[in-house]
Amino acid sequence: MVSRRPFYIVVALLFILGISLMIYRHVAFDVPWLPGEYRQVWSVEAKVEFDAADQPVIASLALPATQPGFTLVDESAASPGYGLSFVDRNGITRAEWSIRTAKGHQELYYRAEMMSDPYAKSLPAEPPAVEKQIEKEPIATAMVQILERAKERSADAFTLTREIMKEFDNQEQNAQLLRNHKGRAHLIVDMLNQADIPARVVRALTLEDGRRRQQLIDYVQVFQDDKYDLFDPKTGLQGRPEQLMLWEYNSQPLLDVTGGNNSRVTYSVVQKQVAVARALTAKFEHTNMLNFSIDTLPVEEQALFKGILLLPIGVLVVVFLRVIVGLKTSGTFMPVLIAVAFIQTNLVVGLLGFLSIVGVGLVIRSYLSRLNLLLVARISTVIITVIAIIALLSVLTYKLGLTEGMRITFFPMIILSWTIERMSILWEEEGPKEVVKQGGGSLLVAVLAYLAMDNSLIQHLTFNYLGLQLVIMATVLLMGNYTGYRLSELKRFKPLADELKK
Amino acid sequence: MWLWERYTSPFKLGSLGIMGMNQRNVNYIGRYNPRKLYPLVDNKLKTKHIAVAAGVTVPKLIGTIQHQHEVKKIADMVKDWQGFCIKPARGSGGKGILVIMRQEDGLFYKPNGKAETVSDLERHISNILAGLFSLGGKPDFVMVEDLIHFDNVFDGYSFEGVPDTRVIIFKGFPVMSMMRLSTASSDGKANLHQGAVGVGICLRTGRAVRGVQYNLPLRHHPDTNKDLFDLQVPHWLKLLNLAASCYEMSGLGYIGTDMVLDKKRGPMLLELNARPGLSIQIANAAGLLPRLRQIEKLGNFSMSVEERVAYAMDNFGVFPTQALA
Repeated sequence: MVSRRPFYIVVALLFILGISLMIYRHVAFDVPWLPGEYRQVWSVEAKVEFDAADQPVIASLALPATQPGFTLVDESAASPGYGLSFVDRNGITRAEWSIRTAKGHQELYYRAEMMSDPYAKSLPAEPPAVEKQIEKEPIATAMVQILERAKERSADAFTLTREIMKEFDNQEQNAQLLRNHKGRAHLIVDMLNQADIPARVVRALTLEDGRRRQQLIDYVQVFQDDKYDLFDPKTGLQGRPEQLMLWEYNSQPLLDVTGGNNSRVTYSVVQKQVAVARALTAKFEHTNMLNFSIDTLPVEEQALFKGILLLPIGVLVVVFLRVIVGLKTSGTFMPVLIAVAFIQTNLVVGLLGFLSIVGVGLVIRSYLSRLNLLLVARISTVIITVIAIIALLSVLTYKLGLTEGMRITFFPMIILSWTIERMSILWEEEGPKEVVKQGGGSLLVAVLAYLAMDNSLIQHLTFNYLGLQLVIMATVLLMGNYTGYRLSELKRFKPLADELKK
Repeated sequence: MWLWERYTSPFKLGSLGIMGMNQRNVNYIGRYNPRKLYPLVDNKLKTKHIAVAAGVTVPKLIGTIQHQHEVKKIADMVKDWQGFCIKPARGSGGKGILVIMRQEDGLFYKPNGKAETVSDLERHISNILAGLFSLGGKPDFVMVEDLIHFDNVFDGYSFEGVPDTRVIIFKGFPVMSMMRLSTASSDGKANLHQGAVGVGICLRTGRAVRGVQYNLPLRHHPDTNKDLFDLQVPHWLKLLNLAASCYEMSGLGYIGTDMVLDKKRGPMLLELNARPGLSIQIANAAGLLPRLRQIEKLGNFSMSVEERVAYAMDNFGVFPTQALA
């Protein structure tokens, strides 16, 4: 007797591998377990305005990228008459509009679709170089006073930042003096630089639905070792507020216009809900993360693959119904193929189509059996007949205005022909009762497989979790080892069991 | 409750030792029947060859037809034989077997009296060759065999068909046996699910234990009204020995042997089945599992055919008397 241990180890490994793959996908890619979940997507539009001076114009706008909290899923720009390119310099992408001549008020648009995404990965944060500004008196003294006081009370870069901002409130006079000299965010950065701490001013946008003509606000980004944190220079609060999106964070000018003046950027924000599937597709289009998902395939191949990935579900249903329930079907996996056709046609049209094709086929086949033909020729005749019936039904239903009827061309014709042949032989040998029994069994299995494969939860899971395939395989293997009674046997042996018990 | 009226509990079946299909497939067929030996039993011509080589009595082979162009030979082949039987070599479940009782004036008469012409025979042979009756529709070939002259003791027990004796042989031990009697409702076929009567046979004596049709017990043959309990298989010991020797011959651990009794030649092997059905348990009102497990417990043994048959008769018999014919 062969040991069953390796078998159970393989099954357990498949289970564990499959489940782990699914969990990995859920955690690392934020794929939800249930379908129908929505993700918040912010549509942020930057409107660049300037007055052109009748000369060549180049306008360069800093662009946001995927960052903690947000994943850039789509971007677009509108700019009539302008040439547009996304220029990548040292890993920093900017939009550059250009035109030979422009005159008067100009408006350029750029729109970024940012998905709220707690799992979004950020670009590696590179601290900017420390630049020590030499200020003239009395600014320098005022800064030193604030900085010295704050240094005494702090331990590291982050606490120093907090203390500097507190000192601004404490030392009223110095603060007043400095405020007239420079913006508060820039002052803080200057002081941190004086203390040899890399820091910079970043420009951010608070996302709120329906806001128009928004301006960017300054935040202070302070670096310590590999980490950084954001500080609100006005309130002194540390950390990124949930709805805060950074727009410019590379120590570069937000907007750079040559050949124009009075330039400014304003923002409008719209929030929308996007189905997870679409949001994820968009996300993975722009990612190079390790991702074994069908989302990375071209759309056409995806559609094909989604159908293929559903087949194991149908196969699982067939194995269950045959091994555990004990249903008789004509042809082992014929019902799965019929179920696939049902998905294309929808159930009612599919059932009617199947019954009419097989019914007419059986009538024609019964005539063929009288002709005493060789088997291969006979099957071939049945195939051609099936095609003719399908064509006829398609045309007929189309003329009647039922466009669903067209879809019966999705039926697997060769399989249907074999089904007709087998049922016809069954009819001759075992009578119509057995035909109804096996045909009904096949149809029942096909409908059950269809219901399973058409279920939106199951479709969602099979499309998004390839690990599920391994779990199905392990389940099928386990059922292949099932030696218990079938449901049909409980009925079959019922009289015997009753007799023996007496 | 409705469910309990129609279904029994799996635990009850288990405690009675009744074997289910999955159990049979995984633990007996899968474990004891090496796949490479299947062709020996699935192809009846090969079965016949190994049976002849092993000295097992089989119906006489009149001829074979392997190609479509040989189909016309059939008339010539059978001209000296009154009755004969056309079979697909790889048929399953008794499909495609055509029995001709006698020929007269170029017409061939089936057991039910219907006449077939030569071209009917040729069409049937063409169908067999094309694979109509074989597993998976594979091309097949045709065997033409001598008709079996059934022993008169079975007169009245079978309607139109072949009264054959099925013995399950497990590792060379006969474990259970039954006779399959065709009826009008089974259309001359010997398959129980088609309405044939199954009669459990006591392994020790060859006497009928009980009869069933459609899973329900019955006392008399539905067509001939003969008392099934009077049934007694003659040459029982010889038949069991013949069946048990199929183990060595085929190398398969779990087989169903289909035996027939010829008037002159005695017990003959008709065919072997590597996937014998489970209805034999209903015919005998006994589960297979206790017997199979008892033999599995014996471990590796070296017993002769006679010793194994004696062991089976001692252990699996129903009636006490050694009334051997």
